[in-house]
Amino acid sequence: MSSSTLSSDPAQKATFYLAEEEAHDHGGMGGTALGFWIYLMSDCLIFAVLFATYGVLGTAYAGGPTPREIFELPLVALNTSMLLLSSITYGFAMLAMERGAQRETQGWLAITGLFGLAFLSIELYEFANLIHEGATPQRSAFLSAFFTLVGTHGLHVTFGIIWLVTLMVQVSRRGLIQENKRRLLCLSMFWHFLDVVWIGVFTFVYLLGVLR
Amino acid sequence: MSAGPVNVPSSAVADDEANHDHELHSHGDTHGHGSRKSYLIGFALSVVLTAIPFWLVMGGPLSAGVTAMAIMAFAFVQIIVHMIYFLHMDSKSEGGWTMMALVFTVVLVVITLSGSIWVMYHLNSNMMPAEAMSEMR
Repeated sequence: MSSSTLSSDPAQKATFYLAEEEAHDHGGMGGTALGFWIYLMSDCLIFAVLFATYGVLGTAYAGGPTPREIFELPLVALNTSMLLLSSITYGFAMLAMERGAQRETQGWLAITGLFGLAFLSIELYEFANLIHEGATPQRSAFLSAFFTLVGTHGLHVTFGIIWLVTLMVQVSRRGLIQENKRRLLCLSMFWHFLDVVWIGVFTFVYLLGVLR
Repeated sequence: MSAGPVNVPSSAVADDEANHDHELHSHGDTHGHGSRKSYLIGFALSVVLTAIPFWLVMGGPLSAGVTAMAIMAFAFVQIIVHMIYFLHMDSKSEGGWTMMALVFTVVLVVITLSGSIWVMYHLNSNMMPAEAMSEMR
């Protein structure tokens, strides 16, 4: 009797500890979400450095074109609305995921991907126009900094779309399992983060550039 | 002897797991995602906060200096709106560590941006004027 109570006491402590461990890597949201957030913050520093570079070199035109001459604000406004719309449709995908509505989740994800593609297409069209006009990255420090900053953001969106398509395949094969929900949550943070970076881009690069 | 201690912990494990799963789910619901209403509020605010700066620059109702200050203020507010309504930032999630990471990053971003621009501006203004440079060439 006394030996069984003695042995059950530490055993219970051990199981309590094990259950905690289980909850941590099974649910996954806690650790993964924080880890992914810290990655996003490090990504934020990359953009901070690129913004700082643009801030320093943004007026070094080297006799070349100035922002006022080459930026088309209606195009930028269209691009901004594409990214903003993709943010809200991703939000709707997350809400559908919460309810366990797989078809609806996939639908919203597809719409988000299309808005992302529209954003990229408009950006590439803009870049192609600039290069055609002779405003290439080699033309001046301003244009080098511009293409690096905006191009890095565009590259992030590109990888975001690849990730989105990958997750759509995952969800169609395995359904809305815990792991896929966790992945969708990470991508949602990534996607909204890119929209936040874009606020900085359209304000500091395009709007302030045209004002100068 | 051996059956007793095994049975008791296993049921305890099941109980604990059920409790934790429940906690995890309710935790995920409040932290990870907002409601449809909060997304729509965030979206509406973002549209307004984007449209006004574009209108200020394209329409040009104010002087350039005032417009510059205004659009930077709008960008600042819109970033906060995105953080709250789309990224669901609060001071409680992950025991406050997301907020800590964010505050740390913001400090680094401010140092990087203001430091670079401040130092390089003074470097530029202490350099030889561009006309003198071209005359020397």
